[in-house]
Amino acid sequence: MKFKTSALALTALLGTTAMAAAECADPIKVGVLHSLSGTMAISETTLKDTMELLIENQNAAGGLLDCEIEAVVVDPASDWPLFAEKARELLTVSEVDVIFGSWTSVSRKSALPVLEELNGLMFYPVQYEGEESSRNVFYTGAAPNQQAIPATDYFLEELGVEKFALLGTDYVYPRTTNNILEAYLQDNGIPAEDIFVNYTPFGHSDWATIVADVVALGADGKQVGVISTINGDANIGFYKELAAAGISADDIPVVAFSVGEEELSGLDTSDLVGHLAAWNYFQSAESDLNDEWVTAWKAKMGEDRVTNDPMEAHYIGFNMWVNAVTEVGTTDVDAVREAMYGQEFPNLTGGTAVMLPNHHLAKPVLIGEIAADGQFDIISQTEEVPGDAWTDFLPESAVLTSDWETLGCGMYNTETETCVQLTSNY
Amino acid sequence: MLRLLYLALALWFTMPVAAAAQSLQDILQTHQDEVLSPGRRSVGVVLDDLVASGLPQALPFLESWRDREIVQRDSDGLFFRVTEDGDTVTLQDLDTGDTLTASEDDLTESRPNGGVRRAIGDALVQFQLSDPDIAKRKAAVEAIARSMDASQLGPLAASIDDEPDAELKETKTRLVGMLGALFAETTDARVSAIEALSGDLSVDVRAVLNRILSNSEAVAASVPEDANIARMLVVGEDLTATDAYTRLVEAELAPALITKLQIREALVANIDGDAVSGVPVATLNTDAARALAYDLLAADGTVPPRVDETTQTEAVAAHRFFVQYAETDPAITDAARAALDNIERNVALNQSVDLGLDALSLASIYFLAAIGLAITFGVMGVINMAHGEFIMMGAYTGFVVQQFVPDYTLSIIIALPLAFAITFGAGVLMERAVIRHLYHRPLETLLATFGISIALQQLAKNIFGTQARPLTSPEWLDGALVFNDVVAISYIRVAIFVLALVFLCIILFILKRTRLGLEVRAVTQNPGMAASMGINTDRINMLTFGLGSGIAGIAGVAIGLYAQVTSEMGASYIVQSFMTVVVGGVGNVWGTLAGASLIGFLQKGIEWLNPSNTLAAQTYMILFIILFIQFRPKGIVALKGRAAAD
Amino acid sequence: MQRSFLAQNPSVLWFIAILAVFTVVVTLMSEVTGVGLISTSFVKTLGKTLCLCLVAIAMDVVWGYCGILSLGHFAFFGIGGYAIGMWLMYARTEGIVMTSLAGQPIPPTPAEISDAIGNQIFGVVGSSEFPMIWAFADSLALQLLMVVLVPGLLALVFGWLAFRSRVTGVYLSILTQAMTLALALYLFQNDSGLRGNNGLSGLQNIPGYQDVSQATVSIIFFIASALALAAGYVFFAWIVSGKMGSVVKGIRDNEARVRFLGYHVESYKLFIFTTTAVVAGIAGALYYPQAGIINPGEIAPIASIYLAVWVAIGGRGRLYGAVIGAAFVSLLSSWFTGGGAPNIDLGFYVIQWTDWWLVLLGFSFVAVTLFFPKGIGGLFDYLVRKPS
Repeated sequence: MKFKTSALALTALLGTTAMAAAECADPIKVGVLHSLSGTMAISETTLKDTMELLIENQNAAGGLLDCEIEAVVVDPASDWPLFAEKARELLTVSEVDVIFGSWTSVSRKSALPVLEELNGLMFYPVQYEGEESSRNVFYTGAAPNQQAIPATDYFLEELGVEKFALLGTDYVYPRTTNNILEAYLQDNGIPAEDIFVNYTPFGHSDWATIVADVVALGADGKQVGVISTINGDANIGFYKELAAAGISADDIPVVAFSVGEEELSGLDTSDLVGHLAAWNYFQSAESDLNDEWVTAWKAKMGEDRVTNDPMEAHYIGFNMWVNAVTEVGTTDVDAVREAMYGQEFPNLTGGTAVMLPNHHLAKPVLIGEIAADGQFDIISQTEEVPGDAWTDFLPESAVLTSDWETLGCGMYNTETETCVQLTSNY
Repeated sequence: MLRLLYLALALWFTMPVAAAAQSLQDILQTHQDEVLSPGRRSVGVVLDDLVASGLPQALPFLESWRDREIVQRDSDGLFFRVTEDGDTVTLQDLDTGDTLTASEDDLTESRPNGGVRRAIGDALVQFQLSDPDIAKRKAAVEAIARSMDASQLGPLAASIDDEPDAELKETKTRLVGMLGALFAETTDARVSAIEALSGDLSVDVRAVLNRILSNSEAVAASVPEDANIARMLVVGEDLTATDAYTRLVEAELAPALITKLQIREALVANIDGDAVSGVPVATLNTDAARALAYDLLAADGTVPPRVDETTQTEAVAAHRFFVQYAETDPAITDAARAALDNIERNVALNQSVDLGLDALSLASIYFLAAIGLAITFGVMGVINMAHGEFIMMGAYTGFVVQQFVPDYTLSIIIALPLAFAITFGAGVLMERAVIRHLYHRPLETLLATFGISIALQQLAKNIFGTQARPLTSPEWLDGALVFNDVVAISYIRVAIFVLALVFLCIILFILKRTRLGLEVRAVTQNPGMAASMGINTDRINMLTFGLGSGIAGIAGVAIGLYAQVTSEMGASYIVQSFMTVVVGGVGNVWGTLAGASLIGFLQKGIEWLNPSNTLAAQTYMILFIILFIQFRPKGIVALKGRAAAD
Repeated sequence: MQRSFLAQNPSVLWFIAILAVFTVVVTLMSEVTGVGLISTSFVKTLGKTLCLCLVAIAMDVVWGYCGILSLGHFAFFGIGGYAIGMWLMYARTEGIVMTSLAGQPIPPTPAEISDAIGNQIFGVVGSSEFPMIWAFADSLALQLLMVVLVPGLLALVFGWLAFRSRVTGVYLSILTQAMTLALALYLFQNDSGLRGNNGLSGLQNIPGYQDVSQATVSIIFFIASALALAAGYVFFAWIVSGKMGSVVKGIRDNEARVRFLGYHVESYKLFIFTTTAVVAGIAGALYYPQAGIINPGEIAPIASIYLAVWVAIGGRGRLYGAVIGAAFVSLLSSWFTGGGAPNIDLGFYVIQWTDWWLVLLGFSFVAVTLFFPKGIGGLFDYLVRKPS
């Protein structure tokens, strides 16, 4: 991979010379805040490469505001406090115009106070637990109502699941998502005793007992389904144990929110066939734009590389930002922020993504079945679902709304009609 | 027998033909949307029409549909069966069977989801129960087992006699038993069917019995005459007084309580100037003050009064709380209850056996991870923080071998000795280059090997990337050893257990029965004396360390098979491994075995007490170990005498 | 007495002088004075490094002087951070909640206030109830007391149990490591009530002083860290130089002999273990408001091992060695991983330091242990020609 660097540098160089020698007063800098080392490097390095590809393409197409875009890549090394430190460096030392970055919620929460203090702008590309809407962050990944709720509906409606096992890794995203789902399922008539919740540590490998517990749930004759927010490597052991116990997707379907093409690549998927995943994007989506994107990605990174959902989020986010900057003719954060609202850009899966005043996107929700080749068979695709910053299914959040365009507040209490706060909960 | 079958089939297909002289394509065209993107609830119409049509080609169509071989041609909306062979796409007419070619761009695939496929499977049942193909018969039986229905009892029972396959016949008989318990006509027939189930531990039998015993909690002024009561609920024992009152409110048998939020809203709505009913707003910052103001409002009649404690108690006392069965016949519920109680006793017993097996398996994994340490740390007294990285090296060796040897069985056979060789070499190298110089500075060995550990971990990341790599087990290790419906353990875990046992024996043999073992023990007990007896202590140390490291490599292959191979996998075992050795007692392989068993069983035990939080189990286990070491610093199997001195 | 202590230890005066000059220079060159040669983010890095130096001194005393290789001192450091973090979070959230509730038609009840604060703090981790351990979070004085008390008590109980059972050497190291792991795992749970994996964040915003710029806040914390380091240095230098210091060093060199001389070895060890834990807690309480976030990952056993690595590289058994080691390695670390070091192009392969720095660190660490057991501090001996 690194052997290619020189070739890449060459293409970049050619791109530079090919550019029109237009006047460029202030070079445009895009900060990339993704971990290139440590535990999250596996997921985040791909996003750094995505950003580099997007910027290359944009420069080849003539740059932005007559300037070439320069990527400032830093490595927060999966160390959460470093995200705050690096964000500050990007904004004050490198003076970037925008940041694309973060993967885990905790890393976003770490960078948030700095972004709000220095009035920076960040695009966050990963599905997350919601309950947040910062003035300085655009959330291009899915909020719970754009992933978890439609997937649960699918379980209820299409698979007739009556008893749920919510299995997750013990951190914020699964905790909050499962809380929302518990409330949602109870609203839909699933009694509390038919919801089994379990949390395991990161990288958990001893799944035998938990799988046995899940199987035993079927003892009262109800169809059991698993909603998995299990993160990363732990999935491998989990699916292996499921297969060893002889459980097929027909017996107990599993829908995962953190398993995508990247996680499946290089894994023997024969045991997983038929299990489900819910995302806003699958590589197998059929559209010309997507074919183009996949081809460009494979040309840059190699034939065996795959595309996934957070990459599409960056794709949409970056292009929207470019359009907003072009529209207002400056990279000034407040001006760009205003211009972002209502910004539209075509999804790779077809249809159009719209940036809402609550800093979330309206995107379609796709449900895919894992196929033997590590790709997904898309079996359900909804219309665009507007992302909801504050969930409607938890009483404390149901009264909250976010609207930066007209209300100028990310945490607005509709009951008392007051803005709870302008900064975020960290 | 066969003739009878043909007759039945012939009847099936000839009967409705007169009524519908249409083609399959016609039916599909009337339901275009449902066929192209079917939903579980909407697909029923299509299936009903297809079955009612009685067309012989409906059966193969349903099978192809379920297997996702149906496409729609976008240009005219017609449906075809598709076969892809490389780049050529062949379409087959559903009615005539004629074939034609087409371009892939013009076709839209119909992808029935899991729920729809189940519905199709249900519709296929009646055709497939006596199908000559055993796979189809099995599919039909599985479909019935997934969604039991009264209408299936007759056809299934009728198909038993003609079933040629003994195993499937037994499954069918069992299934008929379950269907009988649910749907047989007379009470006696159901009771006897239920009683026949009582020895069966399987999840589906328990599901059937639970279905019969499905019940609901209810409340009424007096217990209704005709209700089949499961049990009465006593307020104060089975449910709290507050819960009881809430249920009364839900059943609309009592007025709702006024919540704090409602009080607040009522007060806000009735603010008059800067006071509510004469109570100044500024003082309304306690619940008591708010209640007082609310009562004043209620006295005026502006808001409904609060329900006081006595009214609540009286209302609860005036009602009966009970659980009633949905099934009205007490004879059936009693039989089911007795059968289920019997089964559940058995299940509980078997579950503890299953948990024991899991614990045993976990203990063997810990043992395998720690046994190398038992030699290097336990016997030689060298702290090797890079031990975990040797485990990782072994696992990556297995991964690399699998890249070159595609046959999984062969690759494992190659990987095991290769992993041993590589980590043995690494161990020897490390001993020669580093540890040899630090034998008298144990704390510094810890630090130096830690340095090696982080370097190796990062090297692995640089070489293999941070992504978890798969280590696929050979086919004969797939699946599980099933004792009964509750007790089962996957073959990989059995293999790890066997491997752990083998290594225990090998190491005991080497230490106790070979010249090398004798020399090792001599060197560890008194190096000076051993050296003066002519033992080459340098060589012995080197070999012992290599042996311990080599075993870590093999453990790595085994661990990689059941979990994941990452650069950090070693780090997640190292602390546990050290604790296993320390708890067990240093200097003794049996001690390591005892330590691993204690930790494995303890962890499973704690997990069982708190099944929703595995992390807590690990935390409490470590706390226990810390305390254990405080009170028994030498571990479970403590060495006595001079060897015990540090 | 004081004069003779300093006279015995000229290095203390030197250290204080250098630290004072350094602090003054950094302050003058920071953004606060308008010079702006040193950016706020670098001031924060320097301030954090001073805190790391403080905990490294504590580690040096417990390991280099007393011979206890504790792999738990970074856990105490983390506890200090959590203790102060709870107040920072609570007080800041309370401010926000009170402002938002002030607009209500009727004044809030105490329960409503506490619910609203709980919802703000724990909403992100899917809960809204205040756990027991937050009972004192509303009081700065009590939480500051916790910074000292919790690590102190934990060290006291753990040390008392361990030393009483005569757990020594590598066993003690493993035991302390197990303690650290247990603590980290406990904090990783959401049920622990400290926001699980997310930890406490937004700590750089000091309640009541939100309007003060981060440039000022960072300088204040930098100076406070420098003062704490100076005080810690003098305190420990005093401890290890007197009669007590001789006993402690004796324990390191031969515990049994000291015991036979009639000293109650366990008490000395317990005193050193507990005091250093308290200092580690204080260092943590100063560090995390500068880092902005604390979470269980910080406490993981590997952090404590790194602490030992710093001390070893700097040179054990000399306080300034610990300071040098901590400052040198942690700054070098952030320089290498921050992409500051130029990549080396070998033609066929490009060495990127973000990938290779840990490999280098690991092996250089082995080299230090093998060939320079006195660490960087040993160079000073060489320079001043004081044969040891």
